[in-house]
Amino acid sequence: MTIAQYLLLSSVLFCIGIYGVLARKNGVMVLMSIELILNAVNINLVAFSALTDNIAGEVFALFVIAIAAAEVGVGLAIVLLIFRNKKNVDLSEIDQMKG
Amino acid sequence: MNMANLLTLAAAVPSKSVQATGWFLETAWLIPALPALSFFLILFFGKKMKYKGAEFGITAIALSLILAICCVGQWMNQVDNASDNYKKNTPYETEEKYSETSSQVLEENASAEPIEVASAEQMNIYAAGEESGYEAVAVDAVIERFTWWETGGKKFQVGIMVDGLAVMMLFVVTVISLLVHIYSTDYVSGDRRYTHYFAFLSLFSASMLFFVLSENILQTIVGWELVGVCSFALIGHWWEEKPNSDAALKAFLTNRVGDMGLLVGMIILFWSAGSWSIVDINVAAINNEIGQTTLLIASLCLTAAVMSKSGQFILHTWLPDAMAGPTPVSALIHAATMVVAGIYMVARLYGVFFEGYDIAGSSFNVLALVGSVTLVGAGLLAFVQDDIKKVLAYSTVSQLGYMVMALGVGAWTAAVFHLFTHAFFKAGLFLGAGSVSHSVHSFDMKKSMGGMRKFMPTTYKTFIICTIALMGLPPLAGFWSKDEILVGTGGWGLFGGTGGNGSYVFALVMGIIGAALTCAYMTRVIYLTFFGEFRGDTHGHGDPHESGKRITIPLIILSVMAIGAGFLNLPVGFLTGNTTNWQERFGHYVEPVATYFPAIAHGTPSWTLAIFSTIVALTGVGLAAHYFFIKVNAQSPAATELANGLTAKNKLAKAGHTVLKQKYYLDHLYTDIIANGTKGPVADAAYWTNQKGIDGVVNQIGKQAANSATFVYEKIDQNLVDGAVNLSGKASEGLGETTRTIVQRGKVHQYAAIMFAATTILAGLFIVFV
Repeated sequence: MTIAQYLLLSSVLFCIGIYGVLARKNGVMVLMSIELILNAVNINLVAFSALTDNIAGEVFALFVIAIAAAEVGVGLAIVLLIFRNKKNVDLSEIDQMKG
Repeated sequence: MNMANLLTLAAAVPSKSVQATGWFLETAWLIPALPALSFFLILFFGKKMKYKGAEFGITAIALSLILAICCVGQWMNQVDNASDNYKKNTPYETEEKYSETSSQVLEENASAEPIEVASAEQMNIYAAGEESGYEAVAVDAVIERFTWWETGGKKFQVGIMVDGLAVMMLFVVTVISLLVHIYSTDYVSGDRRYTHYFAFLSLFSASMLFFVLSENILQTIVGWELVGVCSFALIGHWWEEKPNSDAALKAFLTNRVGDMGLLVGMIILFWSAGSWSIVDINVAAINNEIGQTTLLIASLCLTAAVMSKSGQFILHTWLPDAMAGPTPVSALIHAATMVVAGIYMVARLYGVFFEGYDIAGSSFNVLALVGSVTLVGAGLLAFVQDDIKKVLAYSTVSQLGYMVMALGVGAWTAAVFHLFTHAFFKAGLFLGAGSVSHSVHSFDMKKSMGGMRKFMPTTYKTFIICTIALMGLPPLAGFWSKDEILVGTGGWGLFGGTGGNGSYVFALVMGIIGAALTCAYMTRVIYLTFFGEFRGDTHGHGDPHESGKRITIPLIILSVMAIGAGFLNLPVGFLTGNTTNWQERFGHYVEPVATYFPAIAHGTPSWTLAIFSTIVALTGVGLAAHYFFIKVNAQSPAATELANGLTAKNKLAKAGHTVLKQKYYLDHLYTDIIANGTKGPVADAAYWTNQKGIDGVVNQIGKQAANSATFVYEKIDQNLVDGAVNLSGKASEGLGETTRTIVQRGKVHQYAAIMFAATTILAGLFIVFV
């Protein structure tokens, strides 16, 4: 295995994630796509960590996981509230906060 | 100013350094910690307590005051010992002695400079310093710190830095804060958020004390922001009324403008000095390890921060509005906390400003300019205010102008001394104004006051004393500090010169004009409030009456300090014989003689200048007294101004009066033109583009152009002057509306796309350029 394969995997994941964020209208799907993006980053961090024999990358990945968990917690709570109020979670219809 | 002069006048560059020690100095962190603790106690248990939480606040701040007084005593003791020992011992003995003691003290002490044998030149400087009353033994600040966290080899530390300046501020803040606490138990009694009020009073004091003790610029930033947040909460204490919450927001937002300067300036300093520590930064600046241009840029950024925090032109507009808060809070904000934070920050980082603005040997810099413009501009504004607190607020702005100007011309000690004396008499004035309004339930001098001296004798007497101190008439506090500032400008060349850091003639002129203005507007306040006939309406409650003991006792204490504080720093040459030990005590203890403080020159006090400025001040009093006490009073005891005065007869005077009434139109500029302009118009245009799509664009542009052409035609044709103002407003409004509709549509996906695109561009730039 070379570093390139890891990087390829992570960039594929990243692109899928970005596609999901931009193209999906369902709030839950967007949140899931964001998870993909974060995990793509995690793969990079861990891969480079192993390559350079530096533990910092893995530690950082752990932080990212923790923060991702918190983010999903908040995000799902918001989506839930939106669903309660509007009976759907279509992001394109949530624009009450515009300037 | 030539080099020879510098040598003779400079506070001698220390050739020896002594580490100050002492339990109280090393545990000074307790002083902010106590009020901070009291904040949480009041928050959690306040409502259940007998006095609704006020007891926590008063106890904590009283303990802090005791600790602060002990710190003052210990610091003075250390300074005295240092110079005594130096005189007794030969340099070599002292060296050994102190290298022992300093090794016992904190290992991390960065300021403990390596002790060298004094060169002949340094000894000369020392001798010169000794003659002018300054011993050349450096007393290093007590620095206690621990590493908060560490990353990439950079240590982020938290600690305290205690030296003469910090000790002085600790004393001022705790004294004023304690008196304000006591005063508040009466003044806001029965308020619905009484407990909440005391909680924030505690936090406010704690933040300021934390700011004062900060050892590094990170802590300075944190303390600075904490003070801002607390003032926001307290100014908006009665937020149910829209003007009050608006005033709180205005104070907070105006301060944010300056905070940007603070952040940028501090970041520049960190990267150029490679350290967060105040001592390290000052030392690096003084030893020319940082380039002059870098220091200048950092100084300019920090000056912006001072302008917003310390209410200097043109960012002073929040300060008079901050009068919406309860009066004790105004006293605290204006005397001891918040507004003096800016002054303190400059005094603390003086090495940076001194080198950055090249204060020694020049005759002009931004700091001196801002200060002197503020002191005259705000003095003029104070004339047209009818609200007694607003007059005092502008007076504070004006006095802060004195301090900033003094720092700008290199009169460091004079600036800090003025801060010290001003704190007492201005707190006294605010609390006195509060006492009057407590009785007549209004702040309007013209409608609700007049003749109050009969009803409130104690308030009247203390107010008069504090006023005379503010006017700078001898021998009260304001005279000594103001005079030192005027001397420090070095502009008094007429009678042999006073030798400051440079010849800042314009600062001297502005300072003297400001002194006359201060006298005149304060005479107006005295007349309108305490003389003439009572114009208010007590709604059948009988005559107004004197306030209770909890209000009058703080007033009496403050007026005693307003009389006495000035004697702490009697100028050289004022006393003779054995009593010369009593001259310049304040400067001796407060002004650092250490590696982290630049070698500033001290002006020689001048009798002619003192007499001249007093005559000018008395002229100011005389003219205003003639107008109010004789002319207006003769017209009718209830009158507040002459019916056929200058403004009624002379068009130019009328115009000037209007400009002052409108506060130089600065509020209009900020709110109507800049703020409204940016938020609305840009948005509309963009909305439209979105709605119509590409087909609509061409049509819309045509329409918009036609619209704006019509608009321009009408406005310019109809009303040239008014139109110009409106137009610039509309233009930026249109721009704002356009941007809003294009970019801020509330479409999440669009936001995300923009974010990703921007990230991609940034990443691309990063790859290409780094």
